[in-house]
Amino acid sequence: MQRGEVEDVEIRLLLEGLQRIYGYDFRDYAEASIRRRLSHWLAESEFATFSQAQSQLLRDRGAFESLVRGITVNVTEMFRDPAFFKAVREQAVPFLKTYPFVKIWHAGCATGEEAYSMAILLNEEGMAGRFRMYATDINETVLQKAGEGVLPIAEMQRFTRNYQKSGGSASFADYYTARYDRAILSAALKKDIVFAPHNLAVDGEFGEMNMVLCRNVMIYFKPALKERCLQLFDSSLLPGGFLCLGLKETLEKRKIGERYAELVPPLRIYRKRYG
Amino acid sequence: MARSFQAVVIGVSTGGVQALKKLLGPLPADFPLPVLVVQHIGPDAGSGLARLLDECCVLRVKEADEQDAILPGTVYLAPPNYHLLVEQDGCLSLSADPHVSFARPSVDVLFESAAAVFGPRLIGIVLTGANSDGSRGLQSVKQHGGLAIVQDPAGAEARQMPQAAMAATSVDHVVDLDGMAALLRKLAPGRTAAPPKGGRAYD
Repeated sequence: MQRGEVEDVEIRLLLEGLQRIYGYDFRDYAEASIRRRLSHWLAESEFATFSQAQSQLLRDRGAFESLVRGITVNVTEMFRDPAFFKAVREQAVPFLKTYPFVKIWHAGCATGEEAYSMAILLNEEGMAGRFRMYATDINETVLQKAGEGVLPIAEMQRFTRNYQKSGGSASFADYYTARYDRAILSAALKKDIVFAPHNLAVDGEFGEMNMVLCRNVMIYFKPALKERCLQLFDSSLLPGGFLCLGLKETLEKRKIGERYAELVPPLRIYRKRYG
Repeated sequence: MARSFQAVVIGVSTGGVQALKKLLGPLPADFPLPVLVVQHIGPDAGSGLARLLDECCVLRVKEADEQDAILPGTVYLAPPNYHLLVEQDGCLSLSADPHVSFARPSVDVLFESAAAVFGPRLIGIVLTGANSDGSRGLQSVKQHGGLAIVQDPAGAEARQMPQAAMAATSVDHVVDLDGMAALLRKLAPGRTAAPPKGGRAYD
């Protein structure tokens, strides 16, 4: 048996053990990516093999939690996919503005960059004080970072370009304070965002949302878990609400698909039909 | 007896569009293997490259979508800003994980995940490029018993990527672009190999 095949067995045993003891089922995750993340975690750990790590992971909740924090980090950026944010600004926001107050669920917000991007956009479009965003993630460490709203200064040039391409007309530098190698996002952006833990595999819906964003999160899930997420989003959204997915995710062939129309193909902004 | 291959993975960077035209263009409609390609490309590039290649190839060329079943005689291009991976059930998946070897999509990510699934029945090809992405991936292809092909650096638009791959592992064939399609046809004659169904492809 080759080394890689032994590791396959080890990973399968470990994931089953974690599910039985802690209830987190990473067997619902697409294997190729979870394997890469697990291998990365192992390389950084004190253990030589998953078998060695298993003993501690199954007995020590702290160790398990550090594993979860290590393998559930999604990366994102301010105004990732500028064309998407431009379309939200120009084509979805005019509908949102007809409501006195809107609620938005950002599922799998990671370190919060896209939630802050959306807050900037809504403020610029005249919706300041008229929205609340619930930004959730399974990983409490990234949520804490999201709440802090601190970005590496080295990225700001790229983020500024993204912002401008997304239709932003103000000066992006007005939204943060530079300090040494960090950029601290303005407190005014944070007041309308609630960061909270939420596990898409087991937790419930958020009621009466006008918009749900979940971009590049379900690509890591197997079909059954994807289906669960979409059901969750569908039951959270009001008729006329918007469901925003990543550029490579679609509602084609999905159960909830028939209740939605793609507002701006191919940018994956879907609108829930009335009735 | 010649072994039967199940898939081809290709990694290419600088000069990739011309190289891919030259390599994929002469492959016939009944080419029996799926071809998975990472071409380094900017994050906002759109899907123009897949359309362009589809027009000048007999084989069907498409940008990979998540959960695409890997079909013979089809070329799948990694989308801009996503890694492309192969799952054990023979489907494709995508990831937005951080850049690997300074790239997303990264050749290493595709090659390593394909090697784990196809083992010795994989052909890995590294073409022109001005970085060293793909060298770890090709090493992984070899470690799993697969076949390694590298474009002859002498004729490559950028030599660094083929040279790095040759330094990283023992390569089976070093070939000019002009000879590459013929080599692939020799390695994968007519008969269609079924994609893997669960478990390792070479069990």
